[in-house]
Amino acid sequence: MTHSPTEPQLSAAQPPRRTRGLEASRARTAFWLLLPTLIVLALVAGYPLLRTIYLSFTDYNINTDAHPVWAGLSNYWYTTDEGIGLGVLQSPDWWRAVGNTLRFTVSSVVLETLLGLALALVINSKIRGKSMLRTAILVPWAIPTVVSAQMWNWMYNDSFGILSDWGQKLGILGQGQSFISNTDTALWALVAVDVWKTAPFMALLLLAGLQTIPSDMYEAADVDGASKVTQFWRLTLPLLTPALLVALIFRTLDALRVFDMPYVVKGNSPETMTMSIYARQQMFDNAQFGYGSAVSVLIFLIIMLFTVGYITSLRVRFD
Amino acid sequence: MRKLLHLTVLTTVAALGSAQAKGVTLSFACDSVGLGYDQCKKGADAWAAKTGNTVKVLQVPKETGDRLALYQQQLGARSADVDVYMVDVIWPGLISQHLLDLSKSVPKTVLSQHFPAIVQANTVNGKLVGVPWFTDAGVLYYRTDLMKKYGYTSAPKTWAELATMAKKIQDGERKTNSKFYGYVFQGKNNESLTCNALEWVSSFGGGDIVDTSGKVTINNPKALAALQAAQSWVGSITPEAVTTYGEEEARNVWQAGNAAFMRNWPYAYAAGQQKGSVIAGKIGVAALPGGPGGKSAATLGGWQLAVNGYSKHPKEAVDLVLYLTSSAEQKRRAIEASYNPTLPALYKDAAVLKAVPFFGSLYDVFTNAVARPAATTKSKYSQVSNAFASSVYSVLTKKAKPADALKSLETQLARAKGRGW
Repeated sequence: MTHSPTEPQLSAAQPPRRTRGLEASRARTAFWLLLPTLIVLALVAGYPLLRTIYLSFTDYNINTDAHPVWAGLSNYWYTTDEGIGLGVLQSPDWWRAVGNTLRFTVSSVVLETLLGLALALVINSKIRGKSMLRTAILVPWAIPTVVSAQMWNWMYNDSFGILSDWGQKLGILGQGQSFISNTDTALWALVAVDVWKTAPFMALLLLAGLQTIPSDMYEAADVDGASKVTQFWRLTLPLLTPALLVALIFRTLDALRVFDMPYVVKGNSPETMTMSIYARQQMFDNAQFGYGSAVSVLIFLIIMLFTVGYITSLRVRFD
Repeated sequence: MRKLLHLTVLTTVAALGSAQAKGVTLSFACDSVGLGYDQCKKGADAWAAKTGNTVKVLQVPKETGDRLALYQQQLGARSADVDVYMVDVIWPGLISQHLLDLSKSVPKTVLSQHFPAIVQANTVNGKLVGVPWFTDAGVLYYRTDLMKKYGYTSAPKTWAELATMAKKIQDGERKTNSKFYGYVFQGKNNESLTCNALEWVSSFGGGDIVDTSGKVTINNPKALAALQAAQSWVGSITPEAVTTYGEEEARNVWQAGNAAFMRNWPYAYAAGQQKGSVIAGKIGVAALPGGPGGKSAATLGGWQLAVNGYSKHPKEAVDLVLYLTSSAEQKRRAIEASYNPTLPALYKDAAVLKAVPFFGSLYDVFTNAVARPAATTKSKYSQVSNAFASSVYSVLTKKAKPADALKSLETQLARAKGRGW
């Protein structure tokens, strides 16, 4: 991205010029205009984050302790005299939650991207009933997650759910089984719900990207005799990349902190426990705010890692 | 018509005005399982009408663990939003410091009418934090019509008998109903599974997870035998999806007429006898089966009413608690919704026994129920229960061999215990 010099700039790194007085006053105005936002951000995002980091170094059971007590790194790593590891980094449950979350994130984001791209291409083409279709695919996205999760939960129910009924009739499932009761298929059953719900959102983001591609480029490609497939690979996909990357970042970060849908369907079950569900269990079920905060800090670090990774790769592509 | 409307508006305004003039509004976090919400509302409304106050009965989560998580946050933040809480028997040790001491407001004569053990469970360091409202113990439900059809005269006395009977009935009923199962219980990974599994382990003579001295005792041969038995049910007499069942999911299968036996709490009796239920009049209730020695065990449940220590209307809140826990109200709830009274006298009451006959026959079950190790493990009880339920869950889902699960559970409990309970 390039900034035109007339754009208001906050950066002090700008080399001094003759228009310095004007620049400085602009920067000052910009600063004052941004200040309310910065204050609000510091209050709603900065303070809770710092507080969580602080609590992660303390022992704090909200039921029994009046105040947090400093405990150093013991929430992260602590081995007792008997050789028992008590820290979160030593907990097999935590690492299983990380594994579940990563598998959920990778599979759901890949499927949503492919499906969303297909939907976006269909809607962007000149077919009849386009606006109807566009509205229809948004329905899953518009339903509140808790409601749709409970709806799927009932569809998966072994005794009256339609999906279990189909599965049992087709012989995929045995009597009294359901896709969510089988520990091997439970996570994939949840991925299916997430794909159903979020592919439309992906489609919408990609559709916006598709509509910025000027149609005369396709006319030129047609004149040159490029096939539709070649047009897609050589024209559509490269021009869509910026929108695609933004959509990918959104979805990945969203999927990494997934909580509501798996919790409504499976509760604290270990085979579908995500990082956020583990954090909730430690903080609220077990009332251990210190340990739970340590878990939250680790989640924050993992998500930050992904964000930094994406942003660096974005920059590489743009330069 | 218009006149009627005017009249309604006028009376409503008058009612609102008078309520504002003298009464206060209490918030009551009560029940949501089975007939729970309606029964709470009925009782609270009766008190409100009597005293001229107003009670807002809140919608609460179905599962006890979710309720605790929510209430812990409210109380931890010293919120005065809820005045009266319905409190599980395992909670007093966890949240006692936030609850009002009722020892001065509840007359000794009233308190001594309740079961002493339940009053004891509500007393933390000499502070009375709750008044017993109804008690609970796991019981075995069976279909009287099916027992007769397959030639059985009494409910199973041991788990092995239950498995045989359930298999025979299931095989027979499957011919006409492909969704029929022998036995359903609560296998979802939460507090209910802890209650169910404690009953298996305790009836096999495998102890109570953690003994009263604080020693972790769960990894023993008898507990192993109990878990092996439970694992063998799943997929044969019990649907594999039992690992997604809480109380209500199990009751749905049972009440649709799709199960021969069910383990549940007493509330399921009145719910199943409601008009329109296909199994009304065909429900029998017995003590849960015993282990190889024949000893039966039922997990002690039950709920108390407690007043938020940060409440702005403690006087009215205490009055509501006293009203709801009174003999008359407990009797009404026992008759209408089969909630177990906490007053021994009501178990001899003719009207109660007529409505819920098993209160008389299972009196011993209710008075000898097995307590979960909440008193020993104190503020770490939730961790213990979570670890125990998760291990049993891995056995039921056949992810772990019972022996391995118990060994790993022992380590996890040692982790939870850490430097002491």
